[in-house]
Amino acid sequence: MSTSNNWVTICKDTDLVANSGVCALFNEQQIALFKIKSANGEQVFAVSNWDPIGKANVLYRGLLGSVENAKVIISPLYKQRYCLDSGQCLDDDAIKLIVYPVRIEQNQVQLRVQARVQAQLVD
Amino acid sequence: MSNLNNVHNGNNMRIVVVGNGMVGHHFVDQLIQQNLLSANAGNTDNDTQLDIVVLSAEPRLAYDRVHLSEYFSGKTADELALTTPEYYQQNKIKFALNAKVSQINKLAKTVTTEAGEVFEYDKLVLSTGSFPFVPPIPGNDQPHCLVYRTIEDLENISASSAVSKVGVVVGGGLLGLEAANALKEAGLQTHVVEFAPQLMAVQVDNGGGRVLRSKIESLGVQVHTQKATQSIEAGETCRYKMCFADGEVLETDMILFSAGIRPQDALAREFDIAIGERGGIVVNDQCQTSDADIYAIGECALWNNFIFGLVAPGYTMARAAASHIIGGDVTFQGADMSTKLKLMGVEVGSIGDAHAKTAGALCYTYENQPLEVYKKIVVDSQQKKLLGAVLIGDTSDYDTLLQYALNDIELPEHPESLILPAGADAAPALGADALPATATICSCHNVSKGDIIAAFDTGSCNLADVKSCTKASTGCGGCTALLKTVVDSELTKRGVEVKKDICEHFAYSRQEMFHLVKVGGIKTFDELVEKHGKGLGCEICKPVTASILASVWNDFVLKPDHVSLQDTNDTYLGNMQKDGTYSVVPRIAGGEITPEKLIVLGQVAQDYKLYTKITGGQRIDLFGARVDQLPAIWKTLIEAGFETGHAYAKSLRTVKSCVGSTWCRYGVQDSVGQAIELENRYKGLRSPHKIKFGVSGCTRECAEAQSKDIGIIATENGWNLYVCGNGGMKPRHADLFATDLDTATLVKYIDRVLMFYVRTGDRLQRTSVWLENLEGGLEYLQKVVIEDSLGICEELEAQMQNVVDTYQCEWKTAIESEHSRKRFRQFVNSDKSDLNIVFVEERKQIRPATESEKVVFSQTQSSQSPSTQSQETELATELV
Repeated sequence: MSTSNNWVTICKDTDLVANSGVCALFNEQQIALFKIKSANGEQVFAVSNWDPIGKANVLYRGLLGSVENAKVIISPLYKQRYCLDSGQCLDDDAIKLIVYPVRIEQNQVQLRVQARVQAQLVD
Repeated sequence: MSNLNNVHNGNNMRIVVVGNGMVGHHFVDQLIQQNLLSANAGNTDNDTQLDIVVLSAEPRLAYDRVHLSEYFSGKTADELALTTPEYYQQNKIKFALNAKVSQINKLAKTVTTEAGEVFEYDKLVLSTGSFPFVPPIPGNDQPHCLVYRTIEDLENISASSAVSKVGVVVGGGLLGLEAANALKEAGLQTHVVEFAPQLMAVQVDNGGGRVLRSKIESLGVQVHTQKATQSIEAGETCRYKMCFADGEVLETDMILFSAGIRPQDALAREFDIAIGERGGIVVNDQCQTSDADIYAIGECALWNNFIFGLVAPGYTMARAAASHIIGGDVTFQGADMSTKLKLMGVEVGSIGDAHAKTAGALCYTYENQPLEVYKKIVVDSQQKKLLGAVLIGDTSDYDTLLQYALNDIELPEHPESLILPAGADAAPALGADALPATATICSCHNVSKGDIIAAFDTGSCNLADVKSCTKASTGCGGCTALLKTVVDSELTKRGVEVKKDICEHFAYSRQEMFHLVKVGGIKTFDELVEKHGKGLGCEICKPVTASILASVWNDFVLKPDHVSLQDTNDTYLGNMQKDGTYSVVPRIAGGEITPEKLIVLGQVAQDYKLYTKITGGQRIDLFGARVDQLPAIWKTLIEAGFETGHAYAKSLRTVKSCVGSTWCRYGVQDSVGQAIELENRYKGLRSPHKIKFGVSGCTRECAEAQSKDIGIIATENGWNLYVCGNGGMKPRHADLFATDLDTATLVKYIDRVLMFYVRTGDRLQRTSVWLENLEGGLEYLQKVVIEDSLGICEELEAQMQNVVDTYQCEWKTAIESEHSRKRFRQFVNSDKSDLNIVFVEERKQIRPATESEKVVFSQTQSSQSPSTQSQETELATELV
């Protein structure tokens, strides 16, 4: 995996599926990646793949949607909705997904990670 | 336990409650609620605080004794519990279990437990309930002679059943039949022995008793009436022998006494509180005993020389006592003893004066021997008021009749129309509007129609709100349907338009969306949302759109345009299970399968270590396949000639069949052949909800076709078609739609019915509910389909033919396309599997490991432990 300025490439843009999700493994963590394609262009999101309520690694297989203006991923198990920007579960205030900073750079999907993790990778 | 002792604290009122049965708990709960209410109302001038101590002789807090027999059908003590220690603690209720009170000192105002603990009280509430009456028969004290009241009793019954083959219940009343059901559930050959000439002599008249007996006997329980047991001796073929007064004997391994209850009044009796002649603690309308600071409620209390052995009156007493203690004015004024219940699946209802004892009372009786239904109403001499009723085998009229009786509503001109089967002259059900505000809707929690209206006035706006605010329908649940009618009617009255919009993205019903797609020639979700909706969609409108697009255009569901619309089950062409794995269900049309194909299924299950189970739809379910294994599994299955079973889709599932005329001595048509034809015709059809068929080869109906959306039963002359039946949560018998059809006409009618449903059904609406909501009902549907009253039959058939002609096995298409196959990966950047999917073995097959088993697993494996939330949190990330 290549790194540049804390941005780590985890897969290729072509691995993503428009308006749907895929999962990537990064440092043994499962990360759900979503690409939303609309008239306003493309947006990519990365959140933890673990469904904290259903207790299974399935969020990437959920449906994308919107609640008012928030873009959400809907759990395929019990249909809770999570805001893709904040990770907040809209059906339970106490529950939040981890949101990873993500970008597409030269057809590469990249996550930004802290130096500590990067150091592990370099090892 | 002394820390429980209630230290006298200023103005605090100390209340000691003896007994924590359903009624004792209800009393405590009432005080909790009342206290909250006065606190909420900002009532500060009343400083009196309540110190409540509950002393229970049982080892656990209150549980639901009404549904005790469900313990045998798998409910646990926890599930039967009505409250929890945490709830009591939160509300500062002190309690002690296994704490039987043995003394009352009325002067010192204290009670003492068997263990010697002393508790002071300002008010004492006796809620000691009752104990089962065991007739004084010699030999009744042997080890396998038991009673039926507490969870401990049930544990004893369970233990005894395990070493018994035959069981006898002494007592054919309501509780006795409940107990008989428990023995039958436990697998015993069950007898009921009753002293009176009939079963349920208190609630049911002779005629009803006769029908009830015949129904109970046809369930395999032997009934012996007019039997007085004289002794219980050692048996010859069984453990015991019961000897009756008439000289007959009955051999049995266990005996369960359920011959009525007696008030548990020993404590009151011993400490000089007034007791009735035949037992019971005498109380007034406030439920005070002869000592004004001591109350008695529930089955131990005797009001107006009457013991109330039902939970609803007990609850009313609890409310009266609680109210009097805190200065309210609720009183106990007796109670209606009407009851509706299901005993071993037999519906029994009894209202008011069931035995027509009122002077001048007149009866109307309806009996249907073939169906074993018995209904009787008792009316006054003027035939204006309903006094009582007995219903056996069909209690659908109970709610209406009860409202007539309780509210003195004037009877219709022909009172018999209330119990006659629905025909041309049937009386309409008593609508919610006809009920007065005082009408009791929920008798368990004493909620009237007025209370429900008041709930709306204070902010409730739907059924769930009303339930949580009034508690209506949270007791026995018998009033659920009535409550919904009242709520719906009130909503309509308040001008609340029941919104048909399917979600925030589309202001249309499914039917309207169907038209938009069809008329506008719309082929993608993006196009539909751009023209008629807003936002990105959601878990409701996306799958609906996918289903409509599939019904109208029948494109491959995993085409890139559609893939983002599908629920995970449709996307991954399998049913997701709780651990994120999928089940694999190939189609086995009509339930017919060759040995070769069976072997392939077994081989696949073995190779991939899948859990196998036979489904209710005559096919085989393979569980535990990881998403990345699905394509390879299906490749093998498809090569062996299988195709997808659409178990994941809202579409045709199975056509169940009996073996039919080919093999069966009774069959009159080839039901298997017909089932296979039909399954192959309609497979893949997308619809508002799943669809199931059944085809029976003769009138014996072994395929249970009448519980299916489409049911077909062979006749000498062809096929009878039934439509819109349902099993599942709310069973409904299918309606006979047309008789003696030839196969071509049969198919034509099914094409039309199904396509009409696909076009007009609501999202997730089964055919049964669809038909019930279709204006004009069955007759209308017959006109549309048989007489072509709308002139659309040709179009419906053409549309169905298009679906049939464009059918493709989705799995075949999926594995042939590299693009689709790519979807079946856990990780886009790794070939590893999801470490959180862990199985353990049970009954020689796999099952998902529980969370605690996974912890053990990860420790013993000492490998990279499965990804859990806490570990994920450890990943250092930096939020922008």
